Amino acid sequence: MTPVKKREAYTVSKVRVATTSLAGCFGCHMSFLDMDERIVGLLEHVEFSRSPINDIKHCEPCDIGLIEGALCNADNVHVLKEFRENCKIVIAVGACAINGGVPAMRNHFTLQECLEEAFLDEIGVDNPHIPNDVEIPLLLSKVHPIHEVVKVDYYLPGCPPSADAFLKILTDLLEGKEPSLPKEMLHYD
Amino acid sequence: MNKTIKIDGVEIPFKEGQTIMDAALAADIYIPHLCHKPGLSPHGSCKLCTVDVNGRAASSCTMPAAEGQEIENDTPALNEVRKTITQMLFIEGNHLCPSCEKTGDCTLQAIGYHLGMLDGHFPQFYPRREVDASHPTLVLDRDRCIMCELCVRASRECDGKNVFAISGRGTKRHLIVNSPTGRLADSDIELDDLAAHICPVGAILIKDHGYEVPIGRRTFDLHSVAETDLDEVILTKARHHDEGDDSGEKEGGVYGV
Ligand code: SF4
Ligand code: SF4
Ligand code: FES
Repeated sequence: MTPVKKREAYTVSKVRVATTSLAGCFGCHMSFLDMDERIVGLLEHVEFSRSPINDIKHCEPCDIGLIEGALCNADNVHVLKEFRENCKIVIAVGACAINGGVPAMRNHFTLQECLEEAFLDEIGVDNPHIPNDVEIPLLLSKVHPIHEVVKVDYYLPGCPPSADAFLKILTDLLEGKEPSLPKEMLHYD
Repeated sequence: MNKTIKIDGVEIPFKEGQTIMDAALAADIYIPHLCHKPGLSPHGSCKLCTVDVNGRAASSCTMPAAEGQEIENDTPALNEVRKTITQMLFIEGNHLCPSCEKTGDCTLQAIGYHLGMLDGHFPQFYPRREVDASHPTLVLDRDRCIMCELCVRASRECDGKNVFAISGRGTKRHLIVNSPTGRLADSDIELDDLAAHICPVGAILIKDHGYEVPIGRRTFDLHSVAETDLDEVILTKARHHDEGDDSGEKEGGVYGV
């Protein structure tokens, strides 16, 4: 299903962008939205496919996929593969997608230790039990960055990357240039 | 008559006994380095300072300067190799910068910026390394240790102690503490030892202090790692701003902003 488009004539040549958050905090998406009114200018050239911004659930064929977050469960892997199959360009956005980030801090412990701490031993836990509903995606034993599972075309570091950095990488791509970040926008934190 | 070497076509003088790194730093030429600090004996372990000397690769921090050397330093090819080394340093340890107290003041991170490193490229090791929080004022987080031995040399050569050493090989290599229990608390390290402040990354940290300087005003928000004079103050023993020193030096005092 193609999303309903207003003003069809304008949108035909628009670049399709999809975004998603895997194991992350959505901070990168918040930072993306920090571009404030500049997003209006961007929307003249870009339309969003799957994205938490419009709540479209599946990734259709797209030009650019922005992926925030690391891989911590089976669903993350599934979504990531769907993005890779559908997006011409995949961009790893933020520390978690690039090196596991804060979610990867659990790699210091076994999965069992993490689950026990969160659901059994943590102070204030009510009705202690480890959830095992079939709806819950299976956890991976370790958190991984996304380039360990699919090919990533570009990296946008930061925790989160600034709105300016998002705008820079997208503008470069829209202009058909090789994306590059000026030194002052390069941050790992 | 001055003896000279040429770095990237620029002729610079050197004194007998100086390494290429010493001569370069004195001439305000930046050669990327992590395991080197002026005043401490060279170590030659990080290999970031690799240059081409008359067409052959050498560590500039250990290679003596010699009359007539033609040295390539700031070339795309060498910087690409340095970036790969930096990526390996990142993925070998647990460098999760957003959660690290050293972020913004970390030389490894700053070198990543300098070299335009965007990702770690290689699969992450995620090693499990021991944290030693036993000491009342210092903490040792081996997750971020890059085995540069700056603390080892600072302790031996400046503090007159022998608190640290590197033990083991390959992925098992790790920093050990010279105390009966192997714990920092039982060693004779003290807060105002140079060894407590010299770590270029967030492996040796001062307790009860962290994230004190806001983003945008930290060392490498304001400076590039390529500013060669950042290194000069290193052997003036660092003092914490809580220790009755109002010179404006911040934590570590190592890089006065
Ligand atoms: S030591 Fe430096 S590179 Fe490592 S996590 Fe801390 S800030 Fe990042
Ligand atoms: S603790 Fe710091 S100074 Fe010591 S070897 Fe490790 S990285 Fe180098
Ligand atoms: S600075 Fe020369 S090898 Fe590390």
